[in-house]
Formats: sequence, structure tokens, C-alpha cells
Amino acid sequence: MAQHGPGDLELIGLTKSFDDFTAVEPMDLTIPQGSFFALLGPSGCGKTTTLRMVAGLEQPTAGQILIGDTDITNTRPHQRNVNTVFQSYALFPHMSVMDNVQFGLRRRGDKDAKRKAQEALDLVELGHAGRRKPNQLSGGMQQRVALARALVNRPDVLLLDEPLGALDLKLRRQMQIELKRIQQEVGLTFIHVTHDQEEAMTMADSIAVMNAGRMEQLGDPAALYENPSSTFVANFLGQSNLLAAHITGTAGDGRLTADVHGHEVLVDAGRVPAGLRDVWLGVRPEKLALGEGNGVNELKGTVSDASFSGVATQYLVRMPWGMDLTVVQQNDGSARARLGDAVTLSWDPGHEFVLDSAQDEDAGVEHVVVDG
Amino acid sequence: MAWLRRHLLLFAAVAVLLYMLLPNVVVAVFSFNDPVGRYNYTWTEFSTRAWTNPCGPQGLCDALGLSLRIGLIASLVATVLGTMIAFALGRYRFRARSGTNLLIFMPMATPEVVMGSSLLTLFLMMGVPSGGLAITIAHIMFCVSFVVVAVKARVATLDPRLEEAAADLGANPTQTFLRVTFPLAAPGILAGALLAFSLSFDDYIITNFNASPSSITFPMYVWGAAQRGAPVQVNVIGTVMFIAALAIVLVSQLLTSRRQRAAA
Ligand SMILES: Nc1ncnc2c1ncn2[C@@H]1O[C@H](COP(=O)(O)OP(=O)(O)OP(=O)(O)O)[C@@H](O)[C@H]1O
Ligand SMILES: [Mg+2]
Repeated sequence: MAQHGPGDLELIGLTKSFDDFTAVEPMDLTIPQGSFFALLGPSGCGKTTTLRMVAGLEQPTAGQILIGDTDITNTRPHQRNVNTVFQSYALFPHMSVMDNVQFGLRRRGDKDAKRKAQEALDLVELGHAGRRKPNQLSGGMQQRVALARALVNRPDVLLLDEPLGALDLKLRRQMQIELKRIQQEVGLTFIHVTHDQEEAMTMADSIAVMNAGRMEQLGDPAALYENPSSTFVANFLGQSNLLAAHITGTAGDGRLTADVHGHEVLVDAGRVPAGLRDVWLGVRPEKLALGEGNGVNELKGTVSDASFSGVATQYLVRMPWGMDLTVVQQNDGSARARLGDAVTLSWDPGHEFVLDSAQDEDAGVEHVVVDG
Repeated sequence: MAWLRRHLLLFAAVAVLLYMLLPNVVVAVFSFNDPVGRYNYTWTEFSTRAWTNPCGPQGLCDALGLSLRIGLIASLVATVLGTMIAFALGRYRFRARSGTNLLIFMPMATPEVVMGSSLLTLFLMMGVPSGGLAITIAHIMFCVSFVVVAVKARVATLDPRLEEAAADLGANPTQTFLRVTFPLAAPGILAGALLAFSLSFDDYIITNFNASPSSITFPMYVWGAAQRGAPVQVNVIGTVMFIAALAIVLVSQLLTSRRQRAAA
């Protein structure tokens, strides 16, 4: 209890069950004041439920919620200095956009409500739309009103439930930058729920990856990406090539030897959890280089698919044992491989991550790949 | 032929409107009649006598006043009660919910004769004297059902997340109700209240069972008068009531469309 700040949000054993279904397993989490925290996970994993408990809209089955040293577990939503940007916007249809944004300020008797609301609307580029009704706005505009309506109150904690989901890519990027700027300027704690791993990684100071009501891993974006602690996180955050491997011995220089379908590769000893023999050897597509001599470890295969996307080319390379490895080659002028070419893939020890082979290699694979 | 087909819908609409409005038109026209004899059934001569002296016939304005008073009290109480019941039924799951739903429906399904007579029996047993109070209680009872139905339909379309959003933004339960829930449910509540008033104002059968000689409501007066020959003033009151109802509907429509246009 001693080392946390006065405005940190702390969840202690927070749990939510609906009848016999547990939507959120006991969760322990401290979110430092003023940080940008992302809650990432597939649909139905309990993100909204977690936010609703923090907002006071859902009574936890067990556990506590603290802001600083104040236990707010049993306070009503209107007594908490926490505001939400709802996934479904929940704008008041009978009020103008301006009145929607002023709603929170008015409840607190803010004399300056009108000016602040106008500023908030300007911020989300809707300064001209104050007199309109929500149903006269597009989905993306409504979402920005919802954002302004919550932001304008400068709460201790701002909960954002997929606040950018309805925006087109350009506006989405713009709002991401805007949100991040506001968050840093005002120093609010943001909890940002999203499906979009790229959004989570670019915006957040730290990310919690949730899966089926459990928090799989917590850390800063780089740590999560480089060192996923489960196949779920490895697959959910970016793409991963998971090679079935067996640790065979030591090679000196802090390295271990491993057998991948009959090919010997070297693995950084520090990345192998103690005592693990049968492992998943994970290598990210951009860590694999096409062509010989680019790394200590080499595997040979044939190109089975190539897709050019401008900045990079993504290849699928068929291994002798039938598996396709994904390789991303930056468009840096080096020669591009063609379909059917025999190629060598290489990488250096230390660029891999190692997971227990008892885990499901397909956990967290997104079946529908939506790419902007 | 093509012309006819294109305007068929218009013809149909006009015909239906005529069918519905003709009685009102006749009532209005005959309010300007100066009949010979007791019956106001044949046109004799134009006159504004009934309009300038609406309370002329003995007892007419007393009956009208009583009906208006009962109508206002009954619709007010029924609207408050009915709105609360509608919210309870629409929002909460409780054990007696389906039972309550059924009970609310009963007064609408029961023949008025049965209800009127059984209410009279009940009032006699409980020692409630026949008259204005008994009538008001009876009216509240059947009006509640209609208010519940009107408001419940509206509540069903309300997104509960709007109330959550209000609470989230710092509105306490009272403020949430006044600023979000009530304005959104208001059209349903208003419709329920108007329905309740006109049902109460209109009711003859149940009222008749529970009335005393000193509590003659307007429908009872008209019925009694019709036996002897209704005075022209009855037409005047009828016309005024019709115009008032029309005005309320028009104004509320105007307000809605104005609000929509102002928002644009
Ligand atoms: N009121 C409720 N009653 C019963 N089950 C519920 C209720 N609310 C949520 N759930 C269940 O809890 C689980 C988590 O739901 P939640 O809304 O938190 O998911 P989510 O992570 O926000 O998903 P999405 O990304 O699709 O919004 C789901 O399986 C859902 O069916
Ligand atoms: Mg959700």
C-alpha cells in the first residue's frame, strides 16, 4: 500500500460472475495516475464488464476498487469521478450535441460549462455541430461527441470503450494522436479498451491482454511484443511463427542448441524458462531475413505466397515439414523473391521467444483478419 | 382510368375521414340551429343563442363541471400510478410480474356492465357512498390500465444505457429521471393521460352504476336530456370538446416537428 500514488487506480481481486458464468476472473491490477492504459482482448473477453465495474455500473461479485486510498467499490456511479465513453455512444437523443457535452458540467454546477463544452467540441472537430441532434450525425461524429462529453469533465479516470471503432482510418489515426496529446496535457488516467492491437501498442504506456475473463499478460508494448508469456499473447499481438522445438544441449556463449524438425538452431539461454525441454520457438516475421548470411540460424524453404503492400512484402515460405512461415521483408531495395523460389531464412539467437509446448499454438489467432 | 388509379388512395382517405368526421360536423352545424319544439333534429333557422348562453339549460354546466373535475383528477392519478407501474413492469424482473401484467389487462377486457355493477357492490360493502368519490375511484381504476399500456410501449424503446450514461456523468437518480428518463418517456405519458381523460369524460355505464342523484356527469345529463329532447347547448359543448381535442393533437404535432426542424 505504501508505494502507490495518490490517484492510482487499483483493482484487488476484482471478479464478476453472471449466474454461473464468470465474465471476469479475479483481477489484480494497479494503473498509475496519469498513465495511458490499454485493455486489449478478443470479443467477449470481459473488457466492457471490467470497465463497467470501475464506472460503478456493474456491482462486482467480489473484490475492491480503489482510487488512491479511497475505496469506491460500493459507491454509486454518480459519486465516482470516473467518466465513460460508451461503446454504443449512449448520447441523449432529446438533447442537442451541446447539451450532451454540457451535461456533466451542469450536474456539478460549473459556471463555465458552455465555454468548456464548446472547447471540447472544437477539440473533436465538431465545433460547428453543437446545435444539432445526435441522430443527425454520422456514427463517427456521434463517437466524437461521446468522447467530448466524457473528456470535458476532466475525471480522475477516463474509461474509453472502443472509442474510435466507428472512425475511418484517417480520422482514427488523427484521433489517436489527439487523444494521446490530451491525455499527456491534462494528465488524466485513460483506460482504453480496444480490439485493435496496433492502436493499443502505439498509444498505451502499458497494456493488459485479456482472454476469456483472465488477464494473460501485463506490460509495456515492447515487452509484450518481444516477450509474450503465452501463445495467446504471441498470436494476438502481431503475427508469430511458432516452431515446435526441442532443447538438446548447451552451445556456450550463453546459448542453447535446439532441434527444429531435424535442423539445429541456437537459442539465447536467457530466453528459455528453466527446465523447459519441449518448447514453441517463436520468431516474429520481421525478424526473419530472406537470403543467406543474415543470421546464425538458417532454415531453407520455397516461397509459396508473396504479397506486396508498398512498404513491405509479406512472404509465406513452405518448410520441408509442410509448415508455412511468415516473413516480412522491408522494401529497402533488396531483391524480391518470386513464387516458387528456393530461399534461405535466417535469424540471430536472441530474436526469438520461447514458450512451453503444452500451450495451444493457435490460441489468439485472429480468424478474421481485418486490415486497414 | 389512370388518373383515377393514381388518386384512388386520396379518395379512400377522404371517404374514411368523411365517415369519421361527419357526425362531428352535424353536431357543430346543429349547434347553430334554433329548433322549434323539443327536438334538435331538423334545421330551422341560424342562431347563435346556444353559443352565447351555453349554461342556459338547467343542470348542464353543473354536469359538465363535475365531468371535467372527475376527468382531471382521475387522469392525473391514473397517469402517476400507471407510469410507475409501467416502469416497474418494463424495467424490473420480479416474481409477480406476469401476474401484474394480467391484472392490468383485466379492466380493459371486462365488460363495463360487469365492472360497474361489481364496483357498486364493493362500494356498498365498504361503505363508500355513491357519488363523485365512488365515480372517481372507479375511473382511476380503469384508466390506469390504458396509461400502463401507453407508457409501457414507450419504456420498452428506452435504452437503459442512457440512464447509465447520465449516472456516469454525475447525475443522481432524481436528476437522471427528470432530465433523461422523463423527457424520453413523456410522449407516452402524455398519450396515456389524454386517453385517460377522454375515457373518463366519456364513461357512461360504470359511472351510472355508481352515481347518486346529486352527481350527474355530462354523459348522464346528455342521456337523460336526449329522452326529453336535448337542448342545443349539448351540441355546443360537444363541438367545443371536439375542437379542444383537435387543438391538443395539432399543437403537439406542431411542437414535435418544430423541435425536429429547430435541431436541423
Ligand atoms: N448482463 C450480462 N449478463 C450475462 N452475461 C453477460 C452480461 N454482460 C456481459 N456478459 C457476458 O460477459 C462476457 C464478457 O462481456 P463483455 O461485454 O465484457 O465483453 P467485451 O470484452 O467488452 O467484448 P466486445 O469486445 O465484443 O465488446 C461475454 O461473454 C458476455 O456474454
Ligand atoms: Mg465491449
